[in-house]
Amino acid sequence: MCRPNRMMQAATLEKLNAAFPQLAHSEFRGQARVVVAAESLGALLAWLKREGGFDLLVDITCVDYLNYRDATDRFGLVYLLAGTATNERLTVRTFLNEPNLTVSSAVPLWAGANWMEREVFDMFGVIFAGHPDLRRILMPDEFEAYPLRKDYPLQGRGERHNFPVLSRDRS
Amino acid sequence: MALELPENVVVSKLDALASWCRKNSLWPMPFATACCGIELMATGASRHDLARFGAEVFRFSPRQCDLMIVAGRVVMKMLPVLQRIWQQMNEPKWCISMGACASTGGVFDTYAVVQGIDRFIPVDMYVPGCPPRPEQLIQAIIDLQDKIQAEGTINGDEFNLPSRQRRKRALIELPVLPNLPPTFHR
Repeated sequence: MCRPNRMMQAATLEKLNAAFPQLAHSEFRGQARVVVAAESLGALLAWLKREGGFDLLVDITCVDYLNYRDATDRFGLVYLLAGTATNERLTVRTFLNEPNLTVSSAVPLWAGANWMEREVFDMFGVIFAGHPDLRRILMPDEFEAYPLRKDYPLQGRGERHNFPVLSRDRS
Repeated sequence: MALELPENVVVSKLDALASWCRKNSLWPMPFATACCGIELMATGASRHDLARFGAEVFRFSPRQCDLMIVAGRVVMKMLPVLQRIWQQMNEPKWCISMGACASTGGVFDTYAVVQGIDRFIPVDMYVPGCPPRPEQLIQAIIDLQDKIQAEGTINGDEFNLPSRQRRKRALIELPVLPNLPPTFHR
């Protein structure tokens, strides 16, 4: 397994701080993490891709902090980035609150963001502005809720049993 | 009236003859969605040898099958596919619900997993287990053969018995949608 390159990481963070002075960053067990406001997420990701050398988008996911202890924001969006040349890793987080759940899409930067953003949209209802094809990816198209939100009941709202019944005389 | 029959001549009813042919030549449709499918494959493979019961030829086209074996959990996105495949199978046809998930949803009591396929398609045999061993599936096929032999008719009257309809109606009328949001019914 590749360990994150910590020396390199410090230098990149310094450059990053020069470009985005208001960025909050922290570290946990050698893993750097920056928190960015939702409005400047697109600019930050573009910088990281073009200047920072983070050519690989590992994952996009989301956390719902509803009723979470000491949480102030509802949704935490997580981007996991890696630079394959320098072996650096970086976590970018941004927080979203209803009713404005729109961030800019990362598909123009990393084509692999396409299905990841569709999954986050499907499960949490986060809108990725500029996504070429923002449809549900796991749930059926006619599904209306966002099932990984914490206020959605685990057993659903009856969607799983809203189907016609085929009996022997009708099939 | 005593009727002299030559040797090796057996008298039977056409119903029994048809059932005898059908039960010894089941063509399973493997609707395998999860780990039960692995046991289903093991059942069809050489060690457990489903060929002993005339049901070894798995076909992946519903048009060529008369026994649907639903092995594994069925999610709500898959259920319309399952129903379509069931409708594409020719009569007479039977269905085995293999394993806890297909029969009841199993441990997956979540928004996406159908809690038992018998809510939406008719099921003839249930196989318990998680996953069931091949012997259990073979037992279900033997029991299904007995059922076909016992109640099979040459023109399929067994599917229209009042008792059977009553059982199906009880399943249909199960209150499965207690508290739907008003927006859900369109």
